[in-house]
Amino acid sequence: MAEENIICTFCGSVCDDGQFDTEKFKSKRLCKLGSSKFSKKERIKAPMIDGKEVSYEEAIEKAAEILVNAKKPLLYGWASTVNEAIRLGVLLTEKVRGVYDQCASVCHAPGTLAVIEEGLPGGSLGAIKNRADVVVFWGANPMEAHPRHGMRYSISAKGLLIKDRKQRKVIVVDVRPTKTAKLADEFIQIKPGYDYPIISALRAIISGNADAVPDEVGGVSKEKLIELAETMKNAKYGAILYGLGVTQSRGRDRNIENAVKLIQLLNRHTRWVIWPMRGHYNVVGAGEVPAWEVGYQYAIDFSRGYPRFSPAEFSAVEVLKRKDCDAALVIASDPAAHFPKAAVKHLKNIPVIQIDPFPNMTTLVANVVIPSAVAGLEAEGTAYRMDGIPLRVKKIVETSYWSDEQILEKLFEKVEELKR
Amino acid sequence: MHHALHIKNGIVIDPKNGVKAEKMDIFVKDGKIVEESEVKGEDVKVIDASNKLVVAGGVDMHAHIAGSKINTGRTMRPEEMRVVRNIANKFRAAVGRVLLTSPAIGYEYAKMGYTSSFEAAQPPIGAMHTHEELDAIPMIDKAALPVFGNWHFVFKYVEAKDIEKLKTFIAWALERTKGFGVKVVNPGGVEAWMYGGNVTSLDDQVPGFNVTPREIITSLIKAVEELKLNHSVHLHCNRLGVPGNYETTIETIKLAGGFSNDARQVLHVTHVQFNAYAGDSWRTVSSGAEEIAKTMNSMDNVTIDMGQPIFGHATAMTGDAPFQFTLHKLTGARWSNKDSEVEGGAGIVPLVYLPKNPVHALQWAIGLELGLLIDSDKVVLTTDYPNGGPFTEYPYVMAMLMSKKMREGELEKVSPFVQKATNLPAIDTEKTLEEIIHMTRSLPARILGLPQKGHLGVGADADIAIYDLNPLEIDTSNDFEKVYKAFKTAEYTIKSGRILAKNGELVDECWGKTYWVDATGRVDMEAIKPDLEDYFKYYSVELQNYGVEEEWLKKPERIVI
Repeated sequence: MAEENIICTFCGSVCDDGQFDTEKFKSKRLCKLGSSKFSKKERIKAPMIDGKEVSYEEAIEKAAEILVNAKKPLLYGWASTVNEAIRLGVLLTEKVRGVYDQCASVCHAPGTLAVIEEGLPGGSLGAIKNRADVVVFWGANPMEAHPRHGMRYSISAKGLLIKDRKQRKVIVVDVRPTKTAKLADEFIQIKPGYDYPIISALRAIISGNADAVPDEVGGVSKEKLIELAETMKNAKYGAILYGLGVTQSRGRDRNIENAVKLIQLLNRHTRWVIWPMRGHYNVVGAGEVPAWEVGYQYAIDFSRGYPRFSPAEFSAVEVLKRKDCDAALVIASDPAAHFPKAAVKHLKNIPVIQIDPFPNMTTLVANVVIPSAVAGLEAEGTAYRMDGIPLRVKKIVETSYWSDEQILEKLFEKVEELKR
Repeated sequence: MHHALHIKNGIVIDPKNGVKAEKMDIFVKDGKIVEESEVKGEDVKVIDASNKLVVAGGVDMHAHIAGSKINTGRTMRPEEMRVVRNIANKFRAAVGRVLLTSPAIGYEYAKMGYTSSFEAAQPPIGAMHTHEELDAIPMIDKAALPVFGNWHFVFKYVEAKDIEKLKTFIAWALERTKGFGVKVVNPGGVEAWMYGGNVTSLDDQVPGFNVTPREIITSLIKAVEELKLNHSVHLHCNRLGVPGNYETTIETIKLAGGFSNDARQVLHVTHVQFNAYAGDSWRTVSSGAEEIAKTMNSMDNVTIDMGQPIFGHATAMTGDAPFQFTLHKLTGARWSNKDSEVEGGAGIVPLVYLPKNPVHALQWAIGLELGLLIDSDKVVLTTDYPNGGPFTEYPYVMAMLMSKKMREGELEKVSPFVQKATNLPAIDTEKTLEEIIHMTRSLPARILGLPQKGHLGVGADADIAIYDLNPLEIDTSNDFEKVYKAFKTAEYTIKSGRILAKNGELVDECWGKTYWVDATGRVDMEAIKPDLEDYFKYYSVELQNYGVEEEWLKKPERIVI
């Protein structure tokens, strides 16, 4: 049998209905993004120290030395690996008294801050597929970022109460017409940076204070806002699914906080949930694992031997910009490509260890490069879908690459040895 | 390391084996309690327990210690994580006020002499997450109870009156979740919440299904009893947190009337304090504990646990999603909710119990009334952690149940409302030390169906706590401060024959077992296959990817029945 069932390890949708032909090395049913991950790709050939190929043991030994000799190393990434590796990463950071941070700090972390302010009234993707007769994508464009989300969970997905696409109203709120907007029943274009006042206007209308709302808010007419508020109130079960358009525009966490308050209000009339459209396949795990191990989701400093959480101080970008770390371990991520210039500049000046299956910009600044197996294809482990549902991703092909878990286990051992 | 122990000259209380404060020696080998002859010629470590109380390790049968609920609680409440309990050294960094990190949970139980704890609500589809967190808790043995009462499969089989298929489904679900027993939370009410409602009685119809809470509860009891699972149905009643709910609770307790089991109860009703309110509004609310106690004392097949509130911080987290929303509306606090596929839901709301708040004081008094008025063989000491507060305050509850004088002192500090709304001030009962040991050890072990736990007989697991308390001398009525202090910090905590903590200091770390119950041999698993395949279209994961394999767990312990 060459056909194997697979669970996709690209985006936060973590589609678990994929197939993989191990002989042809080709996937079926996955979207473009997923099938490109599950195909032959350029790989880092072997472990390297300063560009010279070495054994895994040598590379790990060197990495351990760097971490142990550093006063305050930064251990960053984690969103594209499995929980077993993340757990070791958290324990390792605690051991070397470094800083743990993960990709959310540059994407969905404002959503986490909003959870701290107001909570997260949500539901699983299965609840949305079964029940939601109104779905609002706010600053999110799943047709490009999570291509099968609509079909599996949210737009055309059929379920218990929603038997047909016509029974569900899909609304897109965004600053520009997106691919998702084309599929929507309604597209509401707003002025960039006006999410907060628009949400406030909806809250005012729903709580009976429409008088306070001006004729136009953020490029949307009052009539339109009243219509949207009515649609929301008349829904049987509604869902707001928000993306980086809300978390990374003016207002950031306050936008989400306001949206959560809107949901609180709507639940006094009918049922509504809100949920973030998380990006990487296990960025949820990168926050959940440290939460149970040390109490916080991201931006965690261990320099005092116990965890402290402070996003404005201990998120990777801030630590790097402040030059407040003297070594870095980067795993399953590419900060050199995505971080601001000032942060990348410091990354170039300190010893960097990279663990990743694929070469990227960070490879170019890394002193120690440790290639790893691709989780979901060459290594197994637990991942949390964007709604927190755990799925066990599979190992379906053999490889000589070590898994992230193996590498970190060995690294942890070495660090313990050196610290003794 | 010694693999044999000799605990010498301790004063042993071991209710299961009829040992009432007797001076005797306990011997341990290979993690078990053994006869003296077994340790002859071994390298034996002797522990001098002269004038100390020696008992089995505590068993917490209902706490929320692992999974998506407590973890969302941690995320939502960083202010809870700022109490530092241990700086990383030989042991892990451990933090938390009432909500604790996984390492802190294990450490705090161990310091207090508790050696087992059961996660009381595992969302079935989130089973793996619950197990990952259980696997991150050191020191104790553990297990999880998956939640059944709003699962569509259960509704369908109850609706069809098909007990055989219901049994098969339970066996399937326990195997898939690596679960221990059948938890039921507000049966039918959480499904009603998906439409914005709740149920208001045992006879309301569940939306979309021709079933009632009464039918769900009785069918599940029947199925669990026919399967002969270790633990009975473990029920969080309908109408939790609503004035007047005690009547529903009594009606529910009586549902067990038609069933019997020689080894244990057929129904365990949990955190009853939250379901023991008389009156018809928060203005007229009063205690319904006495009526519940009367019913409980007249039945011999039902047990309860207290759900005692502790003044101070807490976090409400239950599978009772509609109640959590009500609580959010009542307090205006943060609110998290999770509707889960076709299985049920959950909610989380921060909470603080204030002694001067009449309702909080009432809740506090009701918990104690239940503990005092119900036979000690039917009521287990819990705080429904973290709903009623921290498990680390169990010693407070223990001391309170044993001392009227302590209660009188505490009553002076709380809202005078309890004087007229409860009978607590008039209750003279003082539980004995032996009763308290039973309520925290042998009774929960019996209720859970774990014959190797909660006692010190030969063959039992060597989970032992030694406290600085001489039962032959202590006056528990008057020396309540000493009692509290002694139970707060065990002099020794021994788990599977290893000394883990000494006088509040951790000395060793161990990883306990995770029990799960395999009943698949008792049913024809093929019988529900077509139903599973068909109804999984309402899931967002494939049937083949649903569930947890044993090899993914750190130390699974399968109990085959």
